[in-house]
Amino acid sequence: MAQANLTDRGAGNFSVHHHPEKWKWYDYFTFNVDHKVIGIQYLVTSFAFYLIGGLMALAMRAELATPNSDLLDPNLYNAFLTNHGTIMIFLWIVPGAIGGFGNYLVPLMIGARDMAFPKLNALAFWVTIPAGALLLGSFFFGGAQAGWTSYPPLSLITANTAQSMWILAIVFAGTSSILGAVNFIITIWKMRVPSMDWDQLPLFCWAILATSILALFSTPVLAAGLVLLLFDINFGTSFFKPDAGGDVVMYQHLFWFYSHPAVYLMILPIFGIMSEVIPVHARKPIFGYKAIAYSSLTICLVGLFVWVHHMFTSGTPPWMRMFFTVSTLIVAVPTGVKIFSWVATLWGGKIRYTSAMLFAIGLLVMFVLGGLSGVTLGTAPVDIHVHDTYYVVAHFHYVLFGGSVFGIYAGFYHWFPKITGHYLNEGLGKLHFVLTFIGTNLTFLPMHQLGLQGMPRRVAMYDPQFQTINQICTFGAFLLGVSVLPFLINAIWSWSRGAKAGGNPWDAKTLEWTTDSPPAIENWEVLPVVTQGPYAYGEEHLTVE
Amino acid sequence: MQGTVDSNSQSAGDAAIAHEEHQDLRVLGLLIFLCSEFLMFAGFFVLFLVYRAEAAAWPPEGTEVELLLPAINTVILVSSSFVIHYGDVAIKKGDVGGLRKWYLITAAMGAVFLCGQIYEYATLGYGLTTNLFSNCFYLMTGFHGLHVFIGLLLILGVLWRSRREGHYGAEKHTGVEMAEIYWHFVDIVWIVLFSLIYLLTLI
Ligand code: HEM
Ligand SMILES: [Cu+2]
Repeated sequence: MAQANLTDRGAGNFSVHHHPEKWKWYDYFTFNVDHKVIGIQYLVTSFAFYLIGGLMALAMRAELATPNSDLLDPNLYNAFLTNHGTIMIFLWIVPGAIGGFGNYLVPLMIGARDMAFPKLNALAFWVTIPAGALLLGSFFFGGAQAGWTSYPPLSLITANTAQSMWILAIVFAGTSSILGAVNFIITIWKMRVPSMDWDQLPLFCWAILATSILALFSTPVLAAGLVLLLFDINFGTSFFKPDAGGDVVMYQHLFWFYSHPAVYLMILPIFGIMSEVIPVHARKPIFGYKAIAYSSLTICLVGLFVWVHHMFTSGTPPWMRMFFTVSTLIVAVPTGVKIFSWVATLWGGKIRYTSAMLFAIGLLVMFVLGGLSGVTLGTAPVDIHVHDTYYVVAHFHYVLFGGSVFGIYAGFYHWFPKITGHYLNEGLGKLHFVLTFIGTNLTFLPMHQLGLQGMPRRVAMYDPQFQTINQICTFGAFLLGVSVLPFLINAIWSWSRGAKAGGNPWDAKTLEWTTDSPPAIENWEVLPVVTQGPYAYGEEHLTVE
Repeated sequence: MQGTVDSNSQSAGDAAIAHEEHQDLRVLGLLIFLCSEFLMFAGFFVLFLVYRAEAAAWPPEGTEVELLLPAINTVILVSSSFVIHYGDVAIKKGDVGGLRKWYLITAAMGAVFLCGQIYEYATLGYGLTTNLFSNCFYLMTGFHGLHVFIGLLLILGVLWRSRREGHYGAEKHTGVEMAEIYWHFVDIVWIVLFSLIYLLTLI
């Protein structure tokens, strides 16, 4: 790892220490160890996967415009279904929010020149590439069919080769998360500028810290489950084959022990983005700094003990249903604490309705809806009725699209000037927001109704009575497809031609804004000194403005 | 790879200022990583215990485990953890010769352990796919064996590097320490594994 090599090589070998004044375009395609290069690599790659996963979703919605299976071969539908979910989770939101924003911002926010282990960091990025290649390549073998959860026995009896490639892909993606998590924990713990106390740590860093702890403890358990699945498929074992004494429900336990925390992997960094964007654009100190910081840690702790709420219908004994209903309802509390804090921050603020802020407010609205449907699902008596219906699909798209994707967009608009030195165009940004907001609600709100009426999820064909609502969803989905265009055009155009942004375009207080935009390699000539909290807005503005 | 950025690189402009070096955090990083590794084993342990509880007979008739050889193997692996520690103590006093001696013995003990395990596999009357118990048995011991093998490679790596004069010294031995920590980890996992797979059959 880099810093050790330095001491090993000692003085006298200056060429090793040399880096150019500025990275060239092709440096972004190499095994570069600069955290900002890696952050951009993550952001761009994950966004590309977002587009791929999005096209799969559009194909599915097109199929669902009519009750019959007339557009896609049903097996292809299943493959799209599986890979859409997998790509969105493991190759878009997790690497985008944690790998992308986390890598770019954490060192800048804590006054460090890089992450603790730069080479490990680059490695963590590059192992996501084979993960993507395996998933896309699996289509040559029919594509995995068993959904992103890959429950046996379905995953044991369909498309064996593609399913095995799927497993390897997740193992690669998981390795990347674990390596990233180690790096973030040590970086935030040990590499803050000496003048920064824990209570001056920006909330985004708190969120990444909590995320990393969660990833560190849950990912390996998923890996264990998947290794067993791989053996069952390829090497004749019977861990999950009931006819030979195996137990399918054990897979579900191993899977959800990871994958419930995985939903927090996808939302905690977004909470972090919210806690940065809202105070800056509301010009107010964040309300309840400590409550937000500690509620991330609470979520990550309690979140490890709620996984069975995904399994209420898996022959789960009553005491388990009881226990996990209660723990699930408890985990909603720290989430609520954050929502209240953000609303209180907005309250009475001098709100600037920038695109970043619009996406943050949109997130608040949609995420509350997703959280409420989550609470209903967490209650076993309700869940038994709506499990595996479109109600669940509606729930998780409200939290994942309305939450995570909106948050990433808010982050894009907020930090794009830092990353590129240019603003994104606000007009296009607002168009993007309006289209996305309408599209998301049009697509996913009616799904609640579909689910309550009993339409099962993961099907290419459905009862004709559901057709009208499905067509609304399909229309909304295509609107969402269109909504990406203004963003893409905006990002590509503004990257070099947008209005020039200075070092601190939003007049913000966290450390990343104390250096140039884009920051020099190694971030600062002289490290900044922390003299006030990260959200100390107000005092001087009251007198100046 | 070109253009690595280092935390104290002497380049681009005014290098004298504030290009401070941060402390070596690799040992801490390894410890945190091992917590994660341990949870992977923990997943297997839990699975094993659940299957044990669910089964009528565990291990089922015909797939009983051998006890003597694994017990000897356990003694070897556990004592190698003490041996490797002497190597660490030696290098902290700047004694490279001592480091090499103790690490070599550890490597030999690790190799004996692996050979013992392969011998056990070869002489057992059942294989990976015989039944659920043998599935668990081979998967868990095999996965652990893989970790022993990686630990062995790390130790050999230390030995290889220690040939160079001054590569390790009283103040400079992070690599030595990391190999040692990893070896202890492999050892601890084995103790749990041995208790679960072998000792529990005695009850
Ligand atoms: C207030 C907090 C939340 C609660 C109480 C909650 C509760 C639940 C419950 C009980 C289920 C299982 C429904 C079923 O399968 O029958 C579920 C599914 C799901 N939730 Fe949440 N949830 C919450 C927040 C979130 C968040 C923040 C995310 C992600 C960002 C999320 C993502 C998901 C996903 C992806 C599924 C579906 C998994 C699948 O079966 O494919 N949830 N949620
Ligand atoms: Cu959950």
